[in-house]
Amino acid sequence: MQQTERMNKAMKTIRLVIFTSFSVLAVVLSSVAYTAEPIQLPRQDWHFSGPLGTFDRASLQRGYMIYRRVCAACHSMKYVAFRNLEDIGYSEAQIKAIAAEYTYTDGPDDEGKMYERPGLPSDRFKSPYPNHNAARAANNGALPPDLSLIIKARHRGPDHVYGILTGYEEAPEGVTLRAGQFWNRYMPGHIIAMVPPLAEDMITYEDGTPQTMEQYARDVVTFLAWAAEPMLEDRKRAGMKVLIFLLIFTGIMYAIKERIWTAVR
Amino acid sequence: MSSTERANFKNPVIRWIDQRLPIFTLMRKEYKVFPVPRNINYFWNFGAIATFMLVVMMVTGIVMAMHYTADTRFAFDSVERIMRDVNGGWLIRYVHMNGASFFFIAVYIHIFRGMYYGSYKKPRELLWILGVVIFLLMMATAFIGHVLPWGQMSFWSATVITNLFSAIPLIGDDIVTLLWGGFSVDNPTLTRFFALHYLLPFIIVFVLLLHICTLHVAGSNNPLGINAKKPQDTLPFHPYYTMRDMFGLLIFLVIYAVFVFYMPNVFSHPDNYIPADPLVTPAHIMPEWYFLPFYAMLRAITFDISIPFTDIILINAKLGGVIAMFGSIILLFFLPWLDSHPVRSARFRPLFRFFLLTLVLDFIFLGYVGSQPADAELLDIPLNHLGLAATAYYYAFFLVVVPLLSKVETGREPPVSIHQAVLQADKRATDGKNE
Repeated sequence: MQQTERMNKAMKTIRLVIFTSFSVLAVVLSSVAYTAEPIQLPRQDWHFSGPLGTFDRASLQRGYMIYRRVCAACHSMKYVAFRNLEDIGYSEAQIKAIAAEYTYTDGPDDEGKMYERPGLPSDRFKSPYPNHNAARAANNGALPPDLSLIIKARHRGPDHVYGILTGYEEAPEGVTLRAGQFWNRYMPGHIIAMVPPLAEDMITYEDGTPQTMEQYARDVVTFLAWAAEPMLEDRKRAGMKVLIFLLIFTGIMYAIKERIWTAVR
Repeated sequence: MSSTERANFKNPVIRWIDQRLPIFTLMRKEYKVFPVPRNINYFWNFGAIATFMLVVMMVTGIVMAMHYTADTRFAFDSVERIMRDVNGGWLIRYVHMNGASFFFIAVYIHIFRGMYYGSYKKPRELLWILGVVIFLLMMATAFIGHVLPWGQMSFWSATVITNLFSAIPLIGDDIVTLLWGGFSVDNPTLTRFFALHYLLPFIIVFVLLLHICTLHVAGSNNPLGINAKKPQDTLPFHPYYTMRDMFGLLIFLVIYAVFVFYMPNVFSHPDNYIPADPLVTPAHIMPEWYFLPFYAMLRAITFDISIPFTDIILINAKLGGVIAMFGSIILLFFLPWLDSHPVRSARFRPLFRFFLLTLVLDFIFLGYVGSQPADAELLDIPLNHLGLAATAYYYAFFLVVVPLLSKVETGREPPVSIHQAVLQADKRATDGKNE
């Protein structure tokens, strides 16, 4: 009996040692993980984050406007179609009108010739350059990335893109930038080939939203987040239903299991 | 077969079938009245959970294969099409993508349970070996599956991992060419990986059936690690364990659903949402999280092993890393013979238990090392050196600690019977309540 007592004490000590080493390891590692990322991204509250987050429709539409007038000059968005704009609150007629503003090459027709036609809702957003080489040639050798998935393709995507859009600064002393290069606080390596895209009052908001660079950046990021994950709202809604179902089912199974097992205890 | 004793079924149709093909008798024997030790805990749930995950992966995988295009020009686009245009496609893909992670979580816990309670010991050696085979097949399947979306991480981890085979002397380069179907990771690589990704799960199912058959010969182990001797020691599989496994599975599914619906991309690297580009190398090439400990072992060997006092290199650093990585899994095959201690459960072997739990910490630490850049430092020590030390402990555990403990450790005497132990535990619990 005494031996078991001693054994229990030894077990307790071992458990304590293991628990402590786990905690120490966790603390040490977390601080290292923290310093591993030298660039501290600006932390923003996004309407679409969190388990109940949804996209702010007005912000989405403003973001789309900025994308069309500013970003689309250089950046493609080839996975999004005009028909998808219905998700962000445009009517069918509006979408038809927007699509028709672009011309697409289609064909071949009955005579084997390619022809030009206005865009349709089923078309994907038109890319500004016919191919990567053309894009590089027009941008000092830098390739403007496709923006369809940019938010999911970066660590902490929304904060990252917001940081890039608002992070332009004077280059520090001693750094010489070549023509077509800019200094950005949040770009890995700090040198970026993108011309500062946003400036105060560059686009008129008719709904009275402040026309600041930060507001523009927030709207564009919201739009890009939707483009990267258009099913985000469906996903979270479905998640609620699935979780409620699973939790109820788990409760029932627990009750059944308890009932069956009490007989043998 | 005709001499098999049949169970007596009331339903005439079932009886008619059973007399000609005794599947109902078989199911009754193996899944209804099958005796299971009455003291097994929730760690024993993970075999069923892993099996369930295999089914989930196969069902979602087959649906995705209907929409996926195995061609370097279209693979990435076809995955985006599944996400955006296929009805419910995003759900199927996120279930599959996170399913891989949760499959590995279940299997890692399952393996840990086997080691902790000595489930690999006689008479379950072959059961354990078949399990390790399944683990290897799973790793191969997961690795090639991760290549299919053809993002940056797909392409570059495929390049890094397939290149490892070139370290094998003499035939290495030919093996790599065979894997690639050419001279670099390209379209032929993708098409053969797709074919294999579809094939391997069926091989896993086959080995899993053998795994389960072997289990049903010896029966389940239990936390005390002693054999079930009398009928009081066991309970029938149904309804006791069917219902309890269901409850455990549902808890697992709740956690799984939280990831699928609320953070579907946390397990994967953001670079995989960038289409593969053979001309742009990512800053840090990283495998999926479940391979990180092995990746750390691969990178830990940075020195050539040569014959002392000569310049003859026996094993260069690359081959050394590859041996360290694959060897770590091959070792598992020999565990039943490395550990010859008569007591199964770590409950009665405090020393073994201490070293095993340290191994778990060591393995988690290796995972952390694998997740960091190769030149990272921790407290001013190059992380790689710590990775080497952790790798050394991993090997020492299997090759030194376990064989040594089998000889040295006396441990405690396990109770005589399961029934007795359960009764005592219940008594103690009720006494505690009364006080």
